[in-house]
Amino acid sequence: MFEATALNRRNVQVEWLFKVLFLLMTVILVIPVVLIMGVLVVKGHGVLSWEFLTTSPSSGMTAGGILPALVGTLWLVGVALVASVPLGIGAAIYLSEYAPDNWFTRAINLAIINLAGVPSIVHALFGLGAFVLFFRFGTSILAASLTLAVMTLPVVIVATRESLQAVPRAFREACWNMGATRWQTIRSVVLPNAISGILTGVILEVSRTAGETAPIMFTGAAFFLPFLPQSVFDQTMAMSLHLFVISTQVPGVPEELPYGVALVLISMVLAMNALSIAFRMYVRGKKKW
Amino acid sequence: MPPEEARPGTGASPSGSMMGSSPVPQAPGPASPFRSRARSRHGDLHRRDWAWYQDKAVAGVVLLGGVSAIVFILGIFLFITREGMGFLLHTIDFREFFGSPAWRPTFERSPTYGALALIAGTASVTGLAMVVSVPFSLGAAIFIGEFATGKVRETLKVLIELLAAIPSVVWGFIGLTLMNRLIIQLFDVPVGLNVLNAGIILGLMAAPIMTTIAEDALKAVPDTYREAAEAMGATRWQVIVMVVLPAAKNGLLGAVLLGVGRGFGETMAVLMASGHAIHIPTSVFDSVRALTATIAAELGETAVGSDHYQALFTLGILLFVVTFIINLTADLVVRGVRKGNR
Repeated sequence: MFEATALNRRNVQVEWLFKVLFLLMTVILVIPVVLIMGVLVVKGHGVLSWEFLTTSPSSGMTAGGILPALVGTLWLVGVALVASVPLGIGAAIYLSEYAPDNWFTRAINLAIINLAGVPSIVHALFGLGAFVLFFRFGTSILAASLTLAVMTLPVVIVATRESLQAVPRAFREACWNMGATRWQTIRSVVLPNAISGILTGVILEVSRTAGETAPIMFTGAAFFLPFLPQSVFDQTMAMSLHLFVISTQVPGVPEELPYGVALVLISMVLAMNALSIAFRMYVRGKKKW
Repeated sequence: MPPEEARPGTGASPSGSMMGSSPVPQAPGPASPFRSRARSRHGDLHRRDWAWYQDKAVAGVVLLGGVSAIVFILGIFLFITREGMGFLLHTIDFREFFGSPAWRPTFERSPTYGALALIAGTASVTGLAMVVSVPFSLGAAIFIGEFATGKVRETLKVLIELLAAIPSVVWGFIGLTLMNRLIIQLFDVPVGLNVLNAGIILGLMAAPIMTTIAEDALKAVPDTYREAAEAMGATRWQVIVMVVLPAAKNGLLGAVLLGVGRGFGETMAVLMASGHAIHIPTSVFDSVRALTATIAAELGETAVGSDHYQALFTLGILLFVVTFIINLTADLVVRGVRKGNR
């Protein structure tokens, strides 16, 4: 029927050309993920062992394991979560369920965008000025975790708000029409339907918090400590800072050691992310509306 | 959506659309003039029972959560200003600060605080990062948003998300080791820690946010636009170039701005990959030092309250103000396009 004209054919060729070009660009963009993972595994797997995970660094950090850093990161993430998750979920509930559309709500949204956009080193300065010096927490897990909590608050707020707003409005209206208050509706209808999305956000925050370095440098993380932290007022080592220290500050570190540390760190972070992504897909598959 | 008048609990009338970013229900409106009478006659509609008070209490508590975001952003500004104030009021010489490349805070006799080389370092690294990553990010956004379907699309989106998840200290480590060696071998230069290295690393770090926001902007273009163009015989590519991209251009600009903000504020990767030399770069193979990296490298060695310490906080104020402006502009630009489309 159709006789392909020269113009026709050229248009198809142009389209195909650009499609391939953009595909290539996308692939080039995502190759580094695979490449980095690959290199870290190849160069770092040699040092991985049960002992590596369960002993302290020794010989001036040129040998030994990473136990204090691993435990320190768990402390930092744990305390940061305790501080930021309730606050973040509260803020998201307010923004999604209660907030009127006025200048104040816009100010809150603007503040959230900026909290997410402020450089991590500025968060570090804030943590030092506020938590370490002004509130006199000293350089401690508490100060470092609170700094991390402020920094990652937007992650929880945005993820929670999105999952709350994904609950259809009709669900709420049905509940209101039964005479339920706003809070009864949120508790019995909105939150149960949004909880999986909220969890996804929290997991994402864990991954983000575990990888941060700059905010904890001056607020609570130490280069080297031979013991494990006992309370939130102790200083601690952390995985991210440990990687920075042994790859730039300490002479004579065997080459594969930082690769091992980087491998453990990135595995923790990417595993958390993969978990969050898998969880989200599972939930999306189960949803019926 | 038609105007609605639902009444959750007591007398509040939530209205407004659930779509987009606008909050779902409105806060309790102004007290109805009938409220007091209604309470006595229709106790059921305007009740003041336990559930009502509970609702009010929760409203107050979650409001605190919302307010905390504002408190924190103001707190950040207040506390870094408080620490840097002395320098900003007494010591600083603005002509030196913005005009001199000599950042010598540890000179005993006459320390100088010229931030020009640091600003140039940040600008050169961020600039190269944008040159590298803007085309790729927008290309990827167009491919994911307009061409890819099904499994391919999902996979690419997940990979982009994982790219965003790699911690900055790991990026820095990659710059320090892999990229460093690669650049030395490829270009036959003595040191591989330079603008090129940090720029590429930073470009990869800024790419996910640009791709995601740009794809959102493409998705926000109504399908009716595409269908109208297709009905007139346009190919997919013609639709993209002549219809979708012009309609989404504000969103794309916002995406690029957010990428700039990300690159501008990145600390660890730039600290480790840029070579740490205070120097106005003349080529991409020169080592530089960024504003963020300077704070990270020097703050640990300063005494609290000293001129040097306060000068570093002043750099922090500069970073805060610039990123604030970038984020604000990006937000305005992106929201402008949303309003225009509705």
